[in-house]
Amino acid sequence: MDFINAIILLLNYIFIPALAYGSQLALGAIFVTLIYGILRFANFATGDMMSFGTMVTILFTWYFQSLGISLGFLPTALLAIPFAIIFMASYMLLIDKFVFKYYRVNKSPPVQLAMVSIGVMFVTQAVVRIIIGPSDRRFFDGEKFLIRAGEFKEITGLNEGLAIKSTQVITIIVTLILVSTLFWFLNKTRTGKSMRAYSDNEDLALLSGIDPKKIVMITWIIAAILATIGGALYGLDKSFKPFTYFNNMLPIFAAAIVGGIGNPFGAFLGGYVIAFSEILLTYAYKKFFMYILPESMEPEGLIQLLSTDYKFAVSFSILVIVLLYRPSGIFKGKIL
Amino acid sequence: MRKNLNVIAAYSIMMGLIILVGIFQSWNIALSIFNLCLISAVMTMGANIQWGYAGLINFGIMGYTALGGLAAVLISVDPVQEAWSEGGFNILMSLFFIIIMVLAVKYILKKYKKSKIRTYSIAAIIILGIVIIRFTAEPGIEAIESVNPAKTGFLGGFGLPIIFSWIVGALFAGGLAFIIGKVALGLRADYLAIATLLISEIVIAIIKHEDWLTRGVKNVIGLKRPAPYEVNLQQTDWFINLVEKFNLSKLNLISDLSERQAALNQFVIEGSSVFVKLCYSGLFLVVVIILLILTQKALYSPWGRMMRAIRDNEEAANAMGKNVVKQHLLIFVLGSAIVGIAGAMLVTQDGLFTPGSYRPMRYTFLIWVMVIVGGSGNNFGAILGGFVVWFLWIEAAPIGLYLVNLITAGLDNSHFLKVHLIESVPYFRFLMMGIGLLLIMRYRPKGILPEKIEIK
Repeated sequence: MDFINAIILLLNYIFIPALAYGSQLALGAIFVTLIYGILRFANFATGDMMSFGTMVTILFTWYFQSLGISLGFLPTALLAIPFAIIFMASYMLLIDKFVFKYYRVNKSPPVQLAMVSIGVMFVTQAVVRIIIGPSDRRFFDGEKFLIRAGEFKEITGLNEGLAIKSTQVITIIVTLILVSTLFWFLNKTRTGKSMRAYSDNEDLALLSGIDPKKIVMITWIIAAILATIGGALYGLDKSFKPFTYFNNMLPIFAAAIVGGIGNPFGAFLGGYVIAFSEILLTYAYKKFFMYILPESMEPEGLIQLLSTDYKFAVSFSILVIVLLYRPSGIFKGKIL
Repeated sequence: MRKNLNVIAAYSIMMGLIILVGIFQSWNIALSIFNLCLISAVMTMGANIQWGYAGLINFGIMGYTALGGLAAVLISVDPVQEAWSEGGFNILMSLFFIIIMVLAVKYILKKYKKSKIRTYSIAAIIILGIVIIRFTAEPGIEAIESVNPAKTGFLGGFGLPIIFSWIVGALFAGGLAFIIGKVALGLRADYLAIATLLISEIVIAIIKHEDWLTRGVKNVIGLKRPAPYEVNLQQTDWFINLVEKFNLSKLNLISDLSERQAALNQFVIEGSSVFVKLCYSGLFLVVVIILLILTQKALYSPWGRMMRAIRDNEEAANAMGKNVVKQHLLIFVLGSAIVGIAGAMLVTQDGLFTPGSYRPMRYTFLIWVMVIVGGSGNNFGAILGGFVVWFLWIEAAPIGLYLVNLITAGLDNSHFLKVHLIESVPYFRFLMMGIGLLLIMRYRPKGILPEKIEIK
């Protein structure tokens, strides 16, 4: 019985939150990796683009709520996301047309493009803050829990409760659907294959008649889908605050590089690597050992490897170690 | 002379703008902008050395700035005797263990050839070392943090004049840069940017949460000053006389004696804070001028030529027998040390150390905007960039407010759009910076004052 309790404890506090957080990071990391693989620059505006997509989602959600439309026990935001994606894709294509295209056509070095993306970051951040303000916003509605801790205890008769938030389940399911569709698209369709070819060897791809304009456009549209959904899921699960989104750029970068930049599957797994290591290393295992070990051996301290203040530092340290020992990432980067 | 005409013109316009602020807003605001412009200029010079001279991207400016600030605290704050006696021994012991650990790892790295066993034994030493250090440090840290937590709760510093911290800050930042450079300089440009950005976040996390060293988010306030205090100045005779002399014409207009005294008091209060700011300006100006002379000399020296050669064609420079790795490391350390000086200067001016205020937007990306806008590779350009961007950063809110009022002039004062826009005026600075950066990158990619190398 104690053993089951211990497992439930880990599920409740480590496994499920890390899975949800990892999915959110994974979507952002695939976004970074796609831009890096096809447009060949590190996009420092990632976090702010995600916050822009989330902001549009929130505005649509409010609009639908004011019309009285809802999805019952599901959050209204799910209905708003498709509209937000259309909006976001046009914003990204607009930015590409007026900002990034010039440098791409001139074949500027990637560093210059990264600098330009910092300019885009400033502008996007300003637009988001001017439109919706810098404060914390929650836009979740519908049923909050799938299983409540109390109900779970009653049903199973265990000491430990297991609470599953509906946003966590939605996050995981949506991520799985989205990512599998994306991989299907990249691996099976003609356009996806030409994207991979373009990423692998630009000149060769151009020689074989691939239209670079189309590739770039589709990349931005996919990026818009990933950014909006990733951002909106994070906002649903936690809350929307522009500053947090800007900060999330850092673990997202870490996930993309750990997975091998330019490799979407690596980025997908990298998100989970980062999320799990952050949570595993900063969780206090005292209660877990109390269940597992006999009473005489009960631990005194919290049995916490690192204090939760160092949550971000954990992922960055992993990144630094990976960069030093395997700069191409765990899953070999630079092929799409 | 003619060649430098654009430099002189650009600087005179900048000074004119600051003087205009002095006339129309107040001299206090103008001087505080000027002081922060000088500090920003020091930071940009540091970043410019790395980017402009050697083409190295360093997105870790925030980390070095914070380390400089930490130096200011550790140098100037009086030691907390009680905390030292409570937990000082444990801290010193763990420091000792850290040194032993590093030496052991170094010894193994040197003595044995690369193999799996070596990697595992190094990992084992590090893990064992961390466990030992934690067990020695933990009771010490707890003891230190429980010593009068509302006021101290940390070890304190050395109680020396804060001005020394400018040098120590440079040493701290340079030391960190040496470690980072050793491990990360081999990376490609954009990887290096990301790695330095993340490492600087780690540095901030440590400074924020190691309360025994820095008081963390509880902040350290009331640092010593190299300049006199306003309150003392207001009671000094020579200062009152000086203010009286300056404002004689205005004072003579007032005939009533008590009114005249009140007016004089007002002038003295204003004058004292202007005087203190002027003291800081003087100190900062000395630093900027010394650094400018040194960096200019370096730029035109054989070493500067070598750096440019390495920047423009690394392989060719390598083939000519220049040690690219060593030079990159050197310039990385030098540039970071300069940023460290700026960090210490910043804390000196503010008189307080707030680890929570170090954010990448303000301390990394803004500095980069300064470098790009000013002109990379040109020291005068870098300083000008610091001035222009900081000036706009501060004055963006008034300008934004003016623009909003202009655009929405036709709307009613309580119209929701107008109210919303006026509330969001502070964020117009981000918009301005972003658009400014994008325009400069597009139409004047070398900055306002481009790099110009004269071959003599």
